[in-house]
Amino acid sequence: MTSDFVLYGLGRWLHIMAGVMWIGLLYYFNFVQVDALKAAAADTPPTGAGITKHVAPRALFFFRWAAVVTVLAGMMILGDRLDDALLFKERAYVPIGIGAWLGLIMLFNVWVLIWPNQKKILGIVAATDEEKAKARRVAFLASRTNVMLSMPMLFFMSFSATFHRALLG
Amino acid sequence: MKNPLDSLWGTVISGLVLTVVLFYLARAMMGA
Repeated sequence: MTSDFVLYGLGRWLHIMAGVMWIGLLYYFNFVQVDALKAAAADTPPTGAGITKHVAPRALFFFRWAAVVTVLAGMMILGDRLDDALLFKERAYVPIGIGAWLGLIMLFNVWVLIWPNQKKILGIVAATDEEKAKARRVAFLASRTNVMLSMPMLFFMSFSATFHRALLG
Repeated sequence: MKNPLDSLWGTVISGLVLTVVLFYLARAMMGA
């Protein structure tokens, strides 16, 4: 088994699988769950408890750890070219560098803004109603920010290999 | 002004606009 196979075969496979889970769950939260919970809260009696108690914690578990695996696998694929990408040292690495930075910002949002606030919202850690309301807003905006960032991130990830050739010949 | 991230369509449109902006930034950084 050559190192190329591990890096570019298994590494990219892991990167894409974890990325599908991460971004898939991000889109599930934003395109499905947010509005579904709003509708469930308006039911009499409210019917969203099953989602917040049983679905959301499981979804958030795979969501936050898939984010870590995606980023680590991405760094593994870049290997010793990681600094070329992140510091924009070589112009061929500019597109993947921009994609990588967007991914890193999104990882920060997951672990620093979304998950700690979701723990308050879901009652995993104690919080007053006021703290919960603030946590809901911060987690919501961080999640929406990640949906916004995911669009250029996926563009640069999918196009980076041909970007250089397409633009510079 | 309303925060575009409060609506799903505002978020998607913001993402598309950001993609175009970053595309031109990348192009400029690559000297194209």
